[in-house]
Amino acid sequence: MPYPRLARTVGLVLTAGLLAACGGGGGDPLAGSSGEQAPDDTIVVGSANFSENIILAEIYAQALEEAGVKTEKKLNIGSRETYIPALQDGSIDLIPEYTGNLLLYFDSDAKVTKSDEVYEALQQALPEGLVVLEKSSAEDKDVLVVRQETAEKYDLETIADLQRVDDQLVVGGSPEFAERRAGLKGLQEVYGLDFKEFKTLDAGGPLTVTALKDGDVDVTQLFSTQPSIEQNNFVPLEDPKNIHIAQNIVPLANEDKVTPTVRETLNAVSAELTTEKLAELVKRVDIDKENPRDVAADWLQQADLN
Amino acid sequence: MTLIDALLQFLSDPMNWSGSRGIPVRIVEHLLYTFVALGVAFAIAFPVGLLIGHTGRGAVVTINVGNAARAVPTFGMLLLVVLLAGIGFLPALIALVIIGIPPILTSTYAGIRGVEGSTVTAARGMGMTESGMLLRVELPIALPTVIAGLRSATLQIVSTATIAAYVSLGGLGRFVIDGLGQRDYGEMAAGAVFVAILAIVLDVVWVLLSKVAVSPGVSGRLGKIPKTAGRTTRSATEPA
Amino acid sequence: MDWQYLSSNSALIWSKLVEHLYLSITPILIALVLSLLIGLFSVSFPKVYPAVLALSSTFYTVPSIALFVMLPGIIQTNILSPLNVIVALSIYSVSLLVRNVVDGLRETSADVRQSALSMGYGGIRQLWEVDLPIAMPLIFAGLRVATVANISMVSVGALVGIGGLGELMADGFRRNYLTPLLVGLVLSVVLALTADLVIVTLQRWLTPWAKFARQA
Repeated sequence: MPYPRLARTVGLVLTAGLLAACGGGGGDPLAGSSGEQAPDDTIVVGSANFSENIILAEIYAQALEEAGVKTEKKLNIGSRETYIPALQDGSIDLIPEYTGNLLLYFDSDAKVTKSDEVYEALQQALPEGLVVLEKSSAEDKDVLVVRQETAEKYDLETIADLQRVDDQLVVGGSPEFAERRAGLKGLQEVYGLDFKEFKTLDAGGPLTVTALKDGDVDVTQLFSTQPSIEQNNFVPLEDPKNIHIAQNIVPLANEDKVTPTVRETLNAVSAELTTEKLAELVKRVDIDKENPRDVAADWLQQADLN
Repeated sequence: MTLIDALLQFLSDPMNWSGSRGIPVRIVEHLLYTFVALGVAFAIAFPVGLLIGHTGRGAVVTINVGNAARAVPTFGMLLLVVLLAGIGFLPALIALVIIGIPPILTSTYAGIRGVEGSTVTAARGMGMTESGMLLRVELPIALPTVIAGLRSATLQIVSTATIAAYVSLGGLGRFVIDGLGQRDYGEMAAGAVFVAILAIVLDVVWVLLSKVAVSPGVSGRLGKIPKTAGRTTRSATEPA
Repeated sequence: MDWQYLSSNSALIWSKLVEHLYLSITPILIALVLSLLIGLFSVSFPKVYPAVLALSSTFYTVPSIALFVMLPGIIQTNILSPLNVIVALSIYSVSLLVRNVVDGLRETSADVRQSALSMGYGGIRQLWEVDLPIAMPLIFAGLRVATVANISMVSVGALVGIGGLGELMADGFRRNYLTPLLVGLVLSVVLALTADLVIVTLQRWLTPWAKFARQA
């Protein structure tokens, strides 16, 4: 043993470190935990990882700043599966959400589809500590789309029309799409659709758009405000049996951070926001490659909210 | 529910073991991606390594290019190729090949370079041709080092093939990415565990292969092969 | 390439670059200290070394994306905490470094060891003034590989919201916008090559005798 005393010391340190690490380990990966949090009077605004949500988060943050509330931004976090736990563990305090998908996140069996019903059910379903403010009339619904040539070839207008050709078509969607009622499950149970194949893509992201455009899939789900639908002449299919539930935009927040000022400010934003306007803002970011921050500031100015 | 419970629950569900999205199919897909990427990387890096090792020409440039390839972030590379070429096996393959090239290139070069000058001179004196010398003298002596490079390339490719699932491919990464999307931590853990097992199994296969493939003269002479081989590879990461 | 993007997003790019550097270098420093400790321990108790090696090699086979995602559950950190990436990369770096540290410390030949002993070296002084300097080239080789690998791997963290330059790449990908993707990619490569250069310079400075050895 070349370094006897040293070796013993190192051994002790390592053992102690290992024990400490093991002691702190194990546990529930789904549970929140304590950790660094922003000061009490600061609201950390988060966003999912797609343009519309980032713009909305910018709008929230800038409107709050204007109203004298201190904010921090943690944008571009990822999917709901990442940012809801982040909200619950206090890493963020506020995030723009969609009533329908948020409801399904907390209650995957929910059957309601209409805007007001969904909002009401959502308020029931939210766990302790989380709260949604007023919903906006602006909506960004899930929509099933096909290429124009597919629509023409098979004469497709509604989801129900797919029944005639479902065994010839490849469907694509996010991993969670496969499991959701607003996804494959609902398409099968409500419309009786059994597609030839399912390909895993992302949630209305670049993979999905590329895959549909290139013909890797024939049917997929996008979001109604997405400019890529118009840009690529994709045809949205109507949903006569309402598997796609209302998706009004709504601020989701940690209850203890919602002061009257915060509530008023965000409710004013929600009241002013419309689906058309939102689609236009998304287009400016996605197609014209403008900066979400500037686009949000423009809208606040136009809406006279700043 | 702890992570281990979730993992066991996922593994004990027979549904997860059958069909085109089951564990066996994903393992086969993962192996397929790995072997194709490893094969392509080998086809590119091995001849180049042999050539510069034997001639000593262009070594500095080639090795530095090989090392610079390590600096390319796989994630960004994958996204870039998908953006330019669409989804499919090709983008993932390109990203995986880029990872596989540097270890194979540097180890082949270092292995050939490490052959003692007197040995080469002796072979030349016996009237061997350049290619005969390379294939029958230099390569057999360099083989343990070359295999060490292949081991390291295999390890990195197997582990990285996981992110192929992010761009819609199959393989064990599917469990990780889908598990993330569906908040199924057991599924994610299963994906990670299987990738780790696969990597370890393949590593053992390389060790066995190297026992069979390396000429007894060489392995006998060098004594402890893995140690010597590993060391040569690593010092080869320094620019020549 | 859209040069306008660079000027209107310079603050963002700069902050992501700094974040990237922080996320990749911190684990290197942590791993260096840890692997020196573990290495010393392994050299002193050679019987545990195979187990240490097996354990660290196993860790290395766990895919980074899986580790980033599952770590908060295992070490009880916030899901958006940079610690998740830092701890994960530290684990990988330790796996890479331990082997080099041990090989390096074993590099001291019996002759040198004996000479040192007869000159009165021993314990920590022998480690600091004899063994470590001899181990330096191998440790530095490991450091270089680990640093370059870390800088490349941080980007994957973008999938869980902590990715430094990887977030620029993901943004470009999402908007089908080549510029941010290329900016992230190029800066990441430049960062890796620069870091490598810095380490080489540091090595030259710390091992001035290496030159002489090469000439001999």
